Amino acid sequence: MGYVAKNDILDLFIAQLTKQYLIFAPKRFKNGGIYSDTDCIRYGEVTSIDQIVFDEKSEYSFKETVLPVIQTLFFFTEGSTKEADITQKEIIVFLRSCDLHGMKRLDDMYLHNGPADYYYQQIRSKVKFVLIGCEHSFENCFCVSMGTNRCENYEMSIDKSGENYRINCKNKDWKKQLSDLNLAEEPVAPSYVTENLIQVSIPGNLEFTVAQSKIWDEYDSRCINCGRCNFVCPTCTCFSMQDMYYSDNGKVGERRRVWASCMVDGFTDVAGGGSYRKKNGQRMRFKVLHKVYDYKKRNGYHMCVGCGRCDDICPEYISFSNCINKLSEGMKEVSK
Amino acid sequence: MMLQNDYVPFPSEIKDIIKHTDIEYTFRMSYTGEIKPGQFFEVSIPKYGESPISVSGIGKDFIDLTIRRVGKVTDEVFENYLGDTLLLRGPYGNGFDVNLYKNKELVVIAGGTGLSPVRGVIDYFSKHPKAVKNMKVICGFKTPDDILFLNDIECWKKTANVILTVDNADETSNYNVGLVTKYIPGLRLNDKNNTVAIVVGPPAMMKFSVQALLNIGIPEENIWISQERKMCCGLGKCGHCKIGDVYVCLDGPVFNYTKGKTLID
Ligand SMILES: Cc1cc2nc3c(=O)[nH]c(=O)nc-3n(C[C@H](O)[C@H](O)[C@H](O)COP(=O)(O)OP(=O)(O)OC[C@H]3O[C@@H](n4cnc5c(N)ncnc54)[C@H](O)[C@@H]3O)c2cc1C
Ligand code: SF4
Ligand code: SF4
Ligand code: FES
Repeated sequence: MGYVAKNDILDLFIAQLTKQYLIFAPKRFKNGGIYSDTDCIRYGEVTSIDQIVFDEKSEYSFKETVLPVIQTLFFFTEGSTKEADITQKEIIVFLRSCDLHGMKRLDDMYLHNGPADYYYQQIRSKVKFVLIGCEHSFENCFCVSMGTNRCENYEMSIDKSGENYRINCKNKDWKKQLSDLNLAEEPVAPSYVTENLIQVSIPGNLEFTVAQSKIWDEYDSRCINCGRCNFVCPTCTCFSMQDMYYSDNGKVGERRRVWASCMVDGFTDVAGGGSYRKKNGQRMRFKVLHKVYDYKKRNGYHMCVGCGRCDDICPEYISFSNCINKLSEGMKEVSK
Repeated sequence: MMLQNDYVPFPSEIKDIIKHTDIEYTFRMSYTGEIKPGQFFEVSIPKYGESPISVSGIGKDFIDLTIRRVGKVTDEVFENYLGDTLLLRGPYGNGFDVNLYKNKELVVIAGGTGLSPVRGVIDYFSKHPKAVKNMKVICGFKTPDDILFLNDIECWKKTANVILTVDNADETSNYNVGLVTKYIPGLRLNDKNNTVAIVVGPPAMMKFSVQALLNIGIPEENIWISQERKMCCGLGKCGHCKIGDVYVCLDGPVFNYTKGKTLID
């Protein structure tokens, strides 16, 4: 069952939710794009329905709402440490099906690969999801190939069609609040895409030996190791730790973690000048095989959710989906 | 629900410092708790960061950390933390399982600081010599000045066949000279299929030592190596140590060679 509402009524609902929750959704940041006079759609806090961008794909994923770009782990003084506080408020995140599948990947990494992450666990226990339905596929999406075009595990879904918002609500409390707004009930299901312009196929015989293929060499020169493909990805989880100290008093400071990228220099540097995967092609190989090969070996399902953001963002027009589709050629080459 | 914060280090008292060379000291740290040789701790110095360091010795109420001074964090350990405390978190990694080596002929080949992570294994079988059929240790260092754990090496000689070698030495010294690999073909083993080998050291040394062991007929599934990688969290989260489908901090650093050989960067 669901509801259909116009934005004024929805704003009343959102106003009620904001008493209990911080609400994050894709928002337009005017002139915030990477080229002049372009906007950036990324996640931010919203307090009204009109602030949410429904008709475009967000450049960055929802990831920063559960995994901040920079997160203080603890503060230190000369003799002691004090843990950083974590927000007490509950959180609602508006996202699409592929991203909700991405959430499962973050959970598996941060809760189940080794011990549960203290900071992630706390934020995660406070988050609820509102699914934004997809009426059509965006540029570079290949969610259908990755099986992430549909999902069920949302509290509420919302589709914008013309002036109306179509809502499917599973959360009991929110249902009550919506009924109290005198909204008529009618059957609503979130829309989802059933085909994308881009399709990928991951060869069934894919083995790590594909590392020896020449397909990776092209990226040595094309990729400029900017790491954007990692930063926009809803499933990339790597970070580095940094210690900062406050210059006015050299004795106190903090340890933070900051998003890191396997594509950029320094990621594998060790003492004495050593580093692994020096060439950009090797890094591309590492990333691609992680997303569509070795993560699955470990977790039973692929990491990449087919959102296409890495293809959208790459300044060198490097296409990840294209690269996946070259893997079978690569396997043929190394099997010779 | 009580959540555990694995990122916050705990203070551990420096009980003793053993100076091996100018840049390599063993810090004897107070510690009680389960721990295996080959596991490691993150040594943490606020403002400078963290470094993964293997346990090089295990006692009832202490662990040894043998640290080589090479950079930001380790400089700070040497300069400012002598006689005080260090902040640690861990232990991390799988470590060596001594049960796998019991009742076998055991060969340990270690290069330089690579002796640290296996020192606990050698110590264990020195104290329990009947638990193995026999133990042979080949340890190599660059020069006589670089030798670590000389006293231990002398002790091990009582129950094990120990070859200590240096890459370079002048004629006046009476050390064996040559790489560890030089001594592998001459190992006298009764039953190669029942021989287990542990190899730890710099990547090139490990590569050629494993090759030499395979050449003399030790099956690859009987060989164990310890991999070092860039590390940051030690908890399977940060991704820095990942190779293929493996997280060295969780699944290693100790690997059976059948797995280790598949880890291509
Ligand atoms: C599992 C494991 C066990 C180790 N055991 C020992 C040991 O017993 N004794 C010992 O002396 N050294 C050991 N090392 C190497 C030691 O961690 C590095 O020498 C140390 O981190 C260098 O830090 P630094 O800040 O002094 O050097 P810098 O060169 O200033 O370090 C720069 C950065 O690189 C990182 N880094 C540098 N080298 C390594 C490395 N090899 N592994 C991981 N991160 C690195 C540091 O954390 C730091 O962020 C071990 C490494 C690993 C992975
Ligand atoms: S965004 Fe493109 S150029 Fe930048 S690191 Fe990724 S693949 Fe390379
Ligand atoms: S790898 Fe690219 S397409 Fe796949 S989830 Fe990450 S950003 Fe999206
Ligand atoms: S050191 Fe962070 S994942 Fe292994």
